[in-house]
Order: sequence, then structure tokens, then C-alpha cells
Amino acid sequence: MRNLLEIRLLPPLAVAAIFVTLPWFFPSAYYYRIGALVFIFALAVAGLNLLMGFAGQVSLGHAGFLGIGAYSVAVGPAHLGMPSWLCVFAGAALSAIVAFLVGRPILRLKGHYLAVATLGFGLLVAIVLTNEAGLTGGPDGMTVPRLLLFGWSVRGSDVWYWITGATFIVGFVLALNLMKSPTGRALQAIHDSEIAARLLGIDIARKKLAIFIISAVYASVAGSYLALFNGHVTPDVAGFLRSIELVAMVVLGGMGSILGSLVGAGLLVVLPQALTIFHEYEQALLGLILIVFMIFLRRGIVPSVAAVVSGWRK
Amino acid sequence: MAELLQFVFSGLTVGAIYALVALGFTLIYKASDIINFAQGEFVMLGGMTTVFVAQAGVSLPLAALIAVIVTTAIGLALHRFAIEPAREATSVALIMITIGASIFLRGMAQIVFDRRFHSLPPLFGADPIQFGGAAILPQSLVVLASATAIVIILWLFIERTIFGKAVIATAANRLAARLIGVDTRRIVAFSFAVSAAIGATAGVLITPIALTSYDAGTLLALKGFAAAMLGGIGSAPGAVVGGILIGMFEALAAGYVSSNYKDAVAFLIILIVLIAIPQGLFGRAKIERV
Amino acid sequence: MMILETDRLSIAFGGVRAIDDVNIAVESGQVFSIIGPNGSGKTTLFNLVSGIYTPDGGSIHIAGETATGLAPHERARRGLSRTFQNLQIFYRMSVLENVMVGRHRHERTGILADLLHLPTVVRQNKATEEAARAALARVGLADFAERPASSLAYGALKRLEIARALATEPSLLLLDEPAAGCNPVETQEIDAVIRSIVKDGITVVLVEHDMRLVMKISDRVHVLANGKTLAEGTPEQVRSNAAVVEAYLGVHGSQEAARAFD
Repeated sequence: MRNLLEIRLLPPLAVAAIFVTLPWFFPSAYYYRIGALVFIFALAVAGLNLLMGFAGQVSLGHAGFLGIGAYSVAVGPAHLGMPSWLCVFAGAALSAIVAFLVGRPILRLKGHYLAVATLGFGLLVAIVLTNEAGLTGGPDGMTVPRLLLFGWSVRGSDVWYWITGATFIVGFVLALNLMKSPTGRALQAIHDSEIAARLLGIDIARKKLAIFIISAVYASVAGSYLALFNGHVTPDVAGFLRSIELVAMVVLGGMGSILGSLVGAGLLVVLPQALTIFHEYEQALLGLILIVFMIFLRRGIVPSVAAVVSGWRK
Repeated sequence: MAELLQFVFSGLTVGAIYALVALGFTLIYKASDIINFAQGEFVMLGGMTTVFVAQAGVSLPLAALIAVIVTTAIGLALHRFAIEPAREATSVALIMITIGASIFLRGMAQIVFDRRFHSLPPLFGADPIQFGGAAILPQSLVVLASATAIVIILWLFIERTIFGKAVIATAANRLAARLIGVDTRRIVAFSFAVSAAIGATAGVLITPIALTSYDAGTLLALKGFAAAMLGGIGSAPGAVVGGILIGMFEALAAGYVSSNYKDAVAFLIILIVLIAIPQGLFGRAKIERV
Repeated sequence: MMILETDRLSIAFGGVRAIDDVNIAVESGQVFSIIGPNGSGKTTLFNLVSGIYTPDGGSIHIAGETATGLAPHERARRGLSRTFQNLQIFYRMSVLENVMVGRHRHERTGILADLLHLPTVVRQNKATEEAARAALARVGLADFAERPASSLAYGALKRLEIARALATEPSLLLLDEPAAGCNPVETQEIDAVIRSIVKDGITVVLVEHDMRLVMKISDRVHVLANGKTLAEGTPEQVRSNAAVVEAYLGVHGSQEAARAFD
């Protein structure tokens, strides 16, 4: 039993197992849809978690990258005649470039200065998307043409369930790989003591930039999927509220835990659907969750549960 | 020329509000090192509460007073239930808590009030006064005069009373203040209460000009924060100067560049300030000691 | 060869001259100690040498090359390593992982390889782990490898920092009060560790208050007071220097120092 739990890739394998068997229990296509949305957000949150939970760099504007990815698959086909699948990659590349340009100056900042700078960035993206109506369709947004893979039009919640789930699991594995590597150790070191990390030869600026870019790419791909799945995109995909939702998912599921990303995304996607009477209270509840978790359960659900379980095992 | 004057007037007016929001930020930050994102909600609550209490039949001045009192109570509650329990949290965790509080208040305002825009009747009528070819609303003058009065009163209080000295002491060094018998918890609570009151007052004053709605707080908070950063976070005169400057930049950008992007001005300024002069115009750079 | 030299190094913080015109020259393989009253600028000097502070005046040379403008991580790549007076441990990581970070300078995988967990990464992780365990063994912490760093006692944490610094394979090691806050037993353990480091030929620059330790192992001692050099010389010269005795050692201190020569 002990050896089973120490297989490095156990969590993603477990998730894969559940992912594959869960559809047997789906009473309708609606559940595929929920599943796809959960995986989409879990992917974005996984990237954000690498940045925030693991490397310790707060980002309150991450939905900006979600927006870039989402609009890439709308603007690309509409204005540049590019096929959708290529736009997913192009969006990721664009997000990476933007992350590089923006990250270089602002990652020098720390604590609340960094928080506000990322907030400003996210808001600027949302404003540009809202205002450049000629390109982006303005506040009403744009339609997104269906993804065409090898001549076959990708439609249906079930297909998207498989695509988003598979992508998330791949992202999960990559993130775990990163965490147990020289780069991962350097990032954790930066989180705990920048000064010590510097004196051990770690180029802090480069490492922070690298993880910022990686997390931007995760969010961008998630954004592209979201737009392709929904068939429509509006500027509030990059908005302040969306950024805070992502942060709430990180906080809820557990800082630094990729599995937590899935849990956090799952809860914040499923709950509003399950408790439709509380749709009105969604914002208030989101705020309350942030407050309560940051005060009482700062580590988040998954690490707290893991701590309890390992307490039992001793 | 007249056009420029027009922009200056509107810039000054909205700048005065940003200055008050920034002042609220600064007060709380000085007393506790916390960035309070719910600051914008205080302004929103001041305006919205006045609107709805007045709609219930209460006279306008009384409604405004009630709004300020209610918002102050909410500010105290925020401190008591969200900030106090998280005493040893990191600065980022505290920001997230205040963001959570901001969204919570927004969400509740959506339900308790409604989602529409609301206005209030101006204090001295709606006819603009002509000045140098530009038109200025009487309410703008009210806003400017009130903001000046609030700043002066606050300054007098901080500089001239014992309680004010305690605030300064707490701001300078919390541990040392506690060691000389200052109840820093009360000081921090007080700073939240005063910031809420200032914010609410600003909200009541600006609603006749700029309208209000349940989500007006977020943008205000961000711009107020940009103002505080520009002036140098922790500097009260800086907050006021920063607010006026941001208001002016915004009005000028709206007039000469593009009114669509006027909201972007504040955010661009935040980024530029943080990257180029993180300590702001009047602040002092921090040195990290190892 | 002079492995570390400072030339007229100065820095002021808001009007206070924390380091004023300080010149030191450390020969390769030496043990060079810096002593002085609290507030005399010892840690500031370390921060200047390691690149955390930028001097207002003067220059720093490491292994003969100018280092004055270099960032801390670049100085680390030139062979400099250091421990911290107030401990800068990676508390969220295990003891072993802390030391593994120390191997960063010698790790050769890129971020893409790390993401894909290529065989080179697997091999690198293994090599890093082995080197880290060896460093832990040198400071006597081999059995604590899997424990979270936060669970260690203070003295052990001080040794952990030394292990981490050793893992970088430094040519120049700055130890900032390695025995501060340690009880006599812990101090002895650290004493032994420092001696073994010295025996390996690593140049050690030591800031310490424990006079017996300083006088016993140092080749040269540099005394700072109020940011300025008060004296420099061999341990015997320094401990009998009247100005040093007055400013820092005191009668008791010089007696302690004398005991080092028994």
C-alpha cells in the first residue's frame, strides 16, 4: 500500500481513471458539459497554481490570458482566415509573448505591489477587448466557429469532455514533472527565500518569468477551449470577476496542489449549477468563500485533507 | 481654452473623489499595512443606501446621515469579522480577504438593492455655472469644498488630538505603539471606521454627478488605489495629490484621446508607477534588511 | 591568490555610514574572521560582498575579477556561497530538498526537459540527491534528510544552511554568525564542521562573536567598529591590541580569547 501511494504519477492516474469511468454514470449530455467546464477551468487554475501556490507569485489578473486565448479562436478565423486549431497554438504563443513583455517589469515587484500590478494588467486586457469593437465585437463579443479537426466538426459536450479532460491530465503530468525537477526546486526556493535562492546561483528574474509564461499558456489554452466549446466569447472572460474566480479556485482547492486545482474548479463550477436558486448569491458567496478560506483554511482543501490523512497513517 | 477648462473642472471633481478614496486607503494602510479593496464599496454603499432610504420616505439629509452611519458600521464589521481574525496573515492573503469582502459587499448590494443605476438630486440645483467659457456644476463645487473640508478635519484630528497621535504612533511602529500602551486594535478599527465614513460621504456627494450602481465600487477602488500609489502609499498628502492627478489625467485622456479608454488611464498609471517609481511621488523607498 | 578583495568599500543608509572605507584582502585557503561589536557593519559587509547591497563607493573583487556590479546569483556562480545570520531556510521543503537546491549551480537540465521529465532529468535528480546527501552527512544531518526543514532545532538549521552552502561547491564561503544563538553543544558541532570545511581547502570568511572559536581557527582577524576598520592581523596581534580590547573584547573577552591559545 505504501509503495502504491508513492508512485509519483498516482494523482493524475487516479484522476484519469475517474475521468474515464465517470461517464458511465452520466444521466444526460448536461453532465458532459459540466465535466468539460470543470476541466477547462481546472487547466487554467493548474497554471495559476504553479505560479501562485508553488512559486509564490500572486496574480490577480490571470483571466487576461484566458481572454487572449479565448479571443484568438474568434479573431483568428474571422479576421485572419486561420483554422481554429492553429489559433489555439497562436493564442498560446501570443499569451506567452504578452506574459514575457509584461512579466519582465512587474515580476520584480512583490507582495501587494505585484498583486495590484497583475490586477491592472488583467483590467487593461479586458478594456482593450471591450473597446476594440472592430476587432473583437465590443461588449457583445463574437461568435466562435466550431473547431475543425481533420475535416470533422468538433461538436457535442461529450467530445469536449474527452478533449478537455485529456488536456487537463496532460497538463497535470507536466506540472508534476516540473515540481520534481531542478526548475521546480528553484521555484519553491524562490517562494521561501528569494535572498537565499539568489545566493545559490538561481536567476530569480528568469525563473519567475518562465513560470509566469507557463501559467499564461495554461490559461490561454483553457480560454481557447472555453470559447470553442461555448461557440461565443465576450470581454468578461478576461474580467476582474473572472480573475478572482480563478484565484478563489486556487485558494479553495489548495495552494500549490494541482489536484486541488481540480477540486477548486469542480466546486466553483458545480455549486452554482447545483444550487440554481442561489444564482443571485453567487458573487456574495464567492466573496465569502475567499474570506473564510483565507482566514481559516489557508492551505485549501486538498493539502488540509492530505495533512489529516497522513496524520492518521502515523 | 474653454475646452481645456472644462476638462480641468471635470478632472478636479472626479479627482476629488479619487482623493477621498485614496485617503481612505492610506489611512488603513498606515494603521495596519493592509490594502483594503473594499474601499470602493464604502463609496458605493454611501450613495446606494442614501438612494434607497430616501425612496422609503426619509428626508434626504437624514437619509445621507443614515447611509454614512450604516457604512461606518459595515466598515467596523469588516474589520471585526474579516481582518481581525486574520491577524498573522501575509499581505497577499490580506489583500485577498479584502477583495473577498469587496465582492461579498457587491454581491449583497446586488440583492438588497438592485442592479440599476441610481442618482440623487444635487444639493444646489442642476444648472451649471458658467466660468471662463466652461460650465461647472454646482455639485462639483460641493464635492471640491467637502473634500477639502474632510482633508482639513482629518489632518487637524491626526495632528492635534491624542487619539490622532496614537494613530501616528501605530503607523510608525505597531509593536512599539503597543508597548507604550496604545490599543492598536482599536486604532485599526478606528481607521476602518473613518475610511468607511469618508468613503460613504464621498459616495453621497458624487452620486448626483456620476450616478451609482451596485458595482460602482470596484472601478473606484482601483482608481483610488492608483491615486494612493501615485502619491506614495502611506502618504496622506500624496493620496490627495495622487487623486487629483489621476482625475485630471483621466479627464484629459477622455477629452483628447478617447473616452472609451479613460478607465485604462488609471491602470496604466498603476503599472508605470509600480515599475518606475514604486514608492510614488511622496513615499520613501524600502530597504530590505537581511 | 587573493580570492576576495575589497577596495575602499563604503555604503551609507540615510546618513549613517554603515561601512566606511573598508579594505580587506583574503587569501585563498585562509580562514578570515571579521569581528566587532553589534552594529559595526559585519553583516552589511557580507551583504555588500554577496551582492545584496550595492556600495556607494569602492569596489569588490572575487578571484581577481571585478565583482562590484554583479548580481548575487552571478557571484554565486563565481564560487561564492554564504549562510545567513537570521537563517534563510526553505521551510516548506524537506531537509534534503533544501540542500538539493544548493546543487542548482551544477545542474544542467533546461525547463523543457524538466517539463517532460526526460531521462536526463531523472539522472540529474539522482545525481543532485546523492551530492545533497553527501553534504548532509558532512554536517551530521544525514538521518534528517526526509524531515520537513521546519521540524529541525535551531542548531540543526544552522548546520543545514552550511550543508546547503557546501553543496554549491564554493571556493569562497561566507559564514554569518554560524554559532549565534546555539547552546554549547550545538556550538561545538558547528566548530567541528567549520574545521572540516577548512581542511578541504575552502576559503572561509567568518563573522562570529565566539572568541575562542575565532582565535582558534583564524589565520587573520579583521576588526570592525562603527563601519570602519579598527585593526587587522593575526589572532595574537588582534587580541592584544589595546584599541580592540577597549572597543570590543573587554577584559573578559580578551581572557576568553587568551584561552584559545592554551
